[in-house]
Amino acid sequence: MNSFSRILALIGKEFIQMLRDRLTFGMMVGIPVMQLLLFGYAINTDPRHLPTLVEMGDNGPASRAILQAMETSDYFDLIGITHSRAETDTALQTGGALFVVTIPPGFERDLLRGDRPQILLDTDASDPVAAGAGTGAFPTLVQEALAPLLGEMTPPVGTVIHRRYNPAGRTALNIVPGLLGVILTMTMAMMTSMALTREAERGTLETLLATPTRPYEVMVGKITPYVFVGFIQVVIMLAGARFLFGVPFLGSAPAFLVCVSLFILVNLSLGFLFSTVARTQMQAMQMTFFVFLPSILLSGFMFPFAGMPAWAQTLGQALPTTHFIRAVRAIMLKGASLGDIVPQIWPLAVIFTVIATVAMLRYRRTLD
Amino acid sequence: MSDTLAIDVKGLTKSFGETRVVDDFDMQVPKGSIYGFLGPNGSGKTTTIRMMCGLLKPDSGGGTALGHDIIEESRTIKSRVGYMTQRFSLYGDLTVRENLTFMARLHALRNPKLIVADTLEEYDLGPRAHQLADTLSGGWKQRLALAAASMHNPGLLLLDEPTAGVDPKARRDFWDRIRGLARKGVTVLVSTHYMDEAVQCDYIAFIAYGRKLIDAPSADIPERVGLVTWRIEGKGLQPIYDELLNAEGVDQIARFGSALHVSGRDADTLERTVCAYRGREGISVDLAKTGLEEAFIWLMAGSQDNFT
Repeated sequence: MNSFSRILALIGKEFIQMLRDRLTFGMMVGIPVMQLLLFGYAINTDPRHLPTLVEMGDNGPASRAILQAMETSDYFDLIGITHSRAETDTALQTGGALFVVTIPPGFERDLLRGDRPQILLDTDASDPVAAGAGTGAFPTLVQEALAPLLGEMTPPVGTVIHRRYNPAGRTALNIVPGLLGVILTMTMAMMTSMALTREAERGTLETLLATPTRPYEVMVGKITPYVFVGFIQVVIMLAGARFLFGVPFLGSAPAFLVCVSLFILVNLSLGFLFSTVARTQMQAMQMTFFVFLPSILLSGFMFPFAGMPAWAQTLGQALPTTHFIRAVRAIMLKGASLGDIVPQIWPLAVIFTVIATVAMLRYRRTLD
Repeated sequence: MSDTLAIDVKGLTKSFGETRVVDDFDMQVPKGSIYGFLGPNGSGKTTTIRMMCGLLKPDSGGGTALGHDIIEESRTIKSRVGYMTQRFSLYGDLTVRENLTFMARLHALRNPKLIVADTLEEYDLGPRAHQLADTLSGGWKQRLALAAASMHNPGLLLLDEPTAGVDPKARRDFWDRIRGLARKGVTVLVSTHYMDEAVQCDYIAFIAYGRKLIDAPSADIPERVGLVTWRIEGKGLQPIYDELLNAEGVDQIARFGSALHVSGRDADTLERTVCAYRGREGISVDLAKTGLEEAFIWLMAGSQDNFT
């Protein structure tokens, strides 16, 4: 009986502590809710409405029937027309389109003649999951679109599919560069926030500030070591990607360097921001998780970005990991140069500026 | 005036949220003195000390430390003041030497290696130079903290309960060092709860609930409080203690070993009350000097009436 009452006392005490630590409590409630919403509503492993461009070599009824069928299939969203191969390449490389359909000149004529013309579908296969369903459905879709027109069950038409960047459709090619973003997010933000919180938690921050050391000196001195740690992680991951998984590195190294540096800075400033809110290292770690989870789920790392509903995409755009992953995939798999990743660089720069500013403002306040 | 004062502050006030932690606080600390800072827990001692060394900005009031404005020149003050926090706040996962070297470099001292070597020797920390600070005992931690706080030759040392939780021998040793520093002309402001330490101070300020209640040379404090104390010694004091608790003229009774110290403000009434016990077998009743301890218990009791 004594044992029972002691256990009850422990249980009671644990609940009191749980409720006192509001951040932990928020975490216990927030994480399941967040997971539920993200997995339930945002994530879609069978993505539809993927951005598609058309190169129209022919504008006859057959061509239009095919495009019509693509639209109604829900897999493709026809967003525009390209006029050249160069334009097609850029669109795929920058992620402007996931598919480009090319209808050759004289398609209608060749089709009616029974010459078995071929329709080309270029897909961005760097993410095999995103492009997979649409690619798989495409040949049947074309057949079914033309069948009523020609009155034949198997119209004389061929489909050629170009799986760009990842012809074998290996998921590792897509996952490994993405992992770089996820791991940097996790470790950089967590390590800095914990390292800074530790100073406050153990009282050593007071010792530092009682010397002529300036607050910004404390910050720079605390954060710089983790920039190095970040680069070491990058080197390890790149070597692993190359030698274990055979992931190519096709693009520009300077572009990669710019991208990685900026992303490391973003995450360090994020960790810095957390440290101005968290009072203990435990809290700092929990706050990291609040960013880490969506960074895995909404960034396009694990599930195709294009498959998410609009609100989830908007949320995803606010995550630095989203832009970083896109840029790194473009550089490594698609051979992008610095100019190609500008659309990813500037959001990162904006996010960095916002986070760093808020963190600095908060930092000054916490000292007093 | 201020070239003879190490600390000269007036009207310091600081609130955290709704609570006024320090209220209109004045203090003048003469250079080269050891100034004791006493008061119950939570009375605002730490906050006051932090304002004096430029760590906290007062809401109102101000003044100087070592002749520098505590608000405008906080960085200059920080380089000339040594501050030892209440809690050990050096790096537990660094060795003694690494901690000292780090502090020397934060103060941008020239030739930190030499200074660290000297400091290690001066504080007898040499044999422990390679020990992690976390593995030091309480007394050694305090010694390391004092070494770190005084390594840059500060003109003023602010010590916030430096000896809390340290054994008596280490405390005595610590105070020997503080007196040694004071002899060299360092001004020391030290907060403490120990009366044997308070006695060693040249001056004492007593603060409670953010207000200063008394501030005087330590020898004058018992007199200032205006208490008369009688000492009743002997066996079987418990019944006497119980009787005196509500007796006329008795304001306070404290036990000291096998004696009772009975204090009161009304000397005549108190004398009549206690002298009734004279002549009991085995009991002696004598007039005693009011000590610092009685004085402070009295001050604390009074302040609680006023503030809680």
